[in-house]
Amino acid sequence: MTITQTADNAEAVIRFIEVTKTFPGHEGRNVVLNRVSFTIPKGRTTVIAGGSGQGKSVTLKLVLGLMRPDSGRILVDGQDVASLRRRELEQLRTKFGVLFQGAALFDSLTVFENVALPLRERTRMSDEEIRKQVAATLEQLELLGHEDKFPAQLSGGMKKRVGLARALQLDPEILLFDEPTTGLDPLMTNDIYRLFARTRQELGYTAVIVSHDIPKVFKLADQVILLNKGEVDVFASPGEIKYSTKPYIREFVEMTMNCEKTGATE
Amino acid sequence: MQRMPQSDIPFLLRPIARLGDRTIYVLRDLGRMGVFLMFGVAGVFKHPFRFREVVKQLGFIGAGSMAVIFFTAISSGMVLGLQGYYSLHKFGAEGMLGSAVSLTLIMELGPVLTALMVTGRAGSAMCAEIGIMRISEQIDALECMAIDPFRYLISPKFLAALISVPLLTAMFDVVGIFGGYLAGVKLMGVNSGAFFSSMQQSVTNHDIRLGIVKSFVFGLLFVWICTGRGYFVQKIRGAGFGAESVSRVTTQAVVIASISVLIFDYLITAVML
Ligand SMILES: Nc1ncnc2c1ncn2[C@@H]1O[C@H](COP(=O)(O)OP(=O)(O)OP(=O)(O)O)[C@@H](O)[C@H]1O
Ligand SMILES: [Mg+2]
Repeated sequence: MTITQTADNAEAVIRFIEVTKTFPGHEGRNVVLNRVSFTIPKGRTTVIAGGSGQGKSVTLKLVLGLMRPDSGRILVDGQDVASLRRRELEQLRTKFGVLFQGAALFDSLTVFENVALPLRERTRMSDEEIRKQVAATLEQLELLGHEDKFPAQLSGGMKKRVGLARALQLDPEILLFDEPTTGLDPLMTNDIYRLFARTRQELGYTAVIVSHDIPKVFKLADQVILLNKGEVDVFASPGEIKYSTKPYIREFVEMTMNCEKTGATE
Repeated sequence: MQRMPQSDIPFLLRPIARLGDRTIYVLRDLGRMGVFLMFGVAGVFKHPFRFREVVKQLGFIGAGSMAVIFFTAISSGMVLGLQGYYSLHKFGAEGMLGSAVSLTLIMELGPVLTALMVTGRAGSAMCAEIGIMRISEQIDALECMAIDPFRYLISPKFLAALISVPLLTAMFDVVGIFGGYLAGVKLMGVNSGAFFSSMQQSVTNHDIRLGIVKSFVFGLLFVWICTGRGYFVQKIRGAGFGAESVSRVTTQAVVIASISVLIFDYLITAVML
C-alpha cells in the first residue's frame, strides 16, 4: 500500500492521477475530466461541488469502478481500481457506503427490505437484530411508519433518505454521497448534516459528498474540490476558496457569499 | 471502443468498414454473452444460496406457466390426433395413431412448444425486469454493496428455469398424448387398446432421453438469452435509451431466444437421432 501524505498529514484513501474521462459527443468527444489529479484524505470530509453536468457523478462512478477512465489511474487504498479482478473489486467495494443521485432503490422491495438488504446479504445477523438496527436508522431519518411502502409510493426526498439509510448500514469506511440533501426541505437538510457531523465523530469515516447545498455543506467540509470544464481545483479548506483569483471561482464565491448573507440557518 | 466517423473513410471502402464494424460488434456481443453464461451458471453454486428466490422463480416460471402449457398441449395433442388419424386412415393404419402422436410430442413438439411458450411468458418478463434494474442503476447499486448480481439476481432464474422447463415439458407430453387420445379414440373411434399398445411398442428410452436433453438445453437457452439481453441493455447497439431501449431489447430477446430454440432443436435432433 502506498501511503501518501497530504498537506494536513492525513493518509490519502482515494487518489486520482492524471485521470481523463470522455464520452462520445456531437462534435468529437465530450471531455468530462481532463487529466485531473487530486487526493481524498482519510477520515476527512471532502465536498465536491461544481455546476450541473461537470462530472461530479462520473467522478464517484470512477471511484467505484462502475466506469473506467480513458487514461490515468485511480487508486483506492493504493489499489488501481481499473486493474482489479472481479473478486478484488467486490472486496474493495465492501468499504464503501454509496448513495446514488437517483437513490437507486430496489423498486420491488419495500423500504424495510431495501435498508435490510445489505445486512441480510452480507452479515450473519439474526432477523431480530436486523429489524432493530434498521428501525433505529429509519428513526434517525424520520422514516418510521413508512417501512412497508414501496419506492414508487415515496416522495423524492423520502427516497433519498431511504438511500442514505441503506448506505449507512454496514458501517462503511468511505461514504460516497451524491447530493444527499437534494429534494429535502431546509429543516431536514439541517438534520441530515447534523447526523453526518455526529456520526463522523463517532465512526471516523471518510466522506465524499457531492452537493449543491453551498454554503451549508461547507460547515462539514475539510476539503473542497471544484469541478469545472474538465479541470479540478482543490482547496484544503472551504475558507481558502475566497482567495482564488480564477474568474469562475470568483463568480462562485460571489454567489456563495450572497447566500450566506441572506441567511442560511444552522 | 471508439468508432471512426464515417466521413473519414473513403466512399468505396465504407461498406467494408461497416461490415468490419458490424463483425467486431457481433463478436464482442457473443463474448459478453458467453462470459455472462459462465457467471450465471457459476452463481448457482455460490454462497449464500437464495432458496426463497429460487422458489419464487419456480412459482413464476414453472407453476405460473402451467395453464398456458396445459392449453397448448391439449390443443396440439388433439390436432395431432385428428391429423394423424386422417393420414393413417389412408393406409388403414389407424392402429399406429398412438405411436405417431406420442413420438411427435415427446421428441419434437413437447420440448419446442414448451420452450416457446415459456420464453414468451416468462422470458420477456425477466428481460424487462433486469433491463429496468440496469437502467435505473439498481444493478450498479447491488455491485456497490458488494452483492454479486449474478448470485443475487441471475442465477436463481437460471436454476429455476433448468428445473421448470423439463418438468413443464413432461407435463406437455402427458397432456398432449391425452389430447391425441381424446381426438383419436373418443372422437374418431380408434381402438383404445391399439392406441396405447402402439405407443408402448414404439417409444423407446432413447426417444425420451432426446426429449429431456432438448428441454434442458432449451431451458438454458431461453433464460440465458432473456436475462443476458436485459443485463446488457445499455450495450446493445441501436436499442436507444430508457424505457424504449428496454422494450426493444425485450422484443429482440424473445425473437433471438425463439429462433435459437428452433435452430438447436434441429442440431440436437441431427446429432442424437
Ligand atoms: N453514461 C453516460 N454516457 C454518456 N455521457 C455521460 C454518461 N454519464 C454522464 N455523461 C456526461 O458526463 C457529463 C458529466 O455528467 P455528471 O452526471 O457527472 O454530471 P454532474 O456533475 O453529476 O451533474 P449534476 O449536478 O447535474 O448531477 C455530462 O456532460 C453527461 O452528459
Ligand atoms: Mg450528478
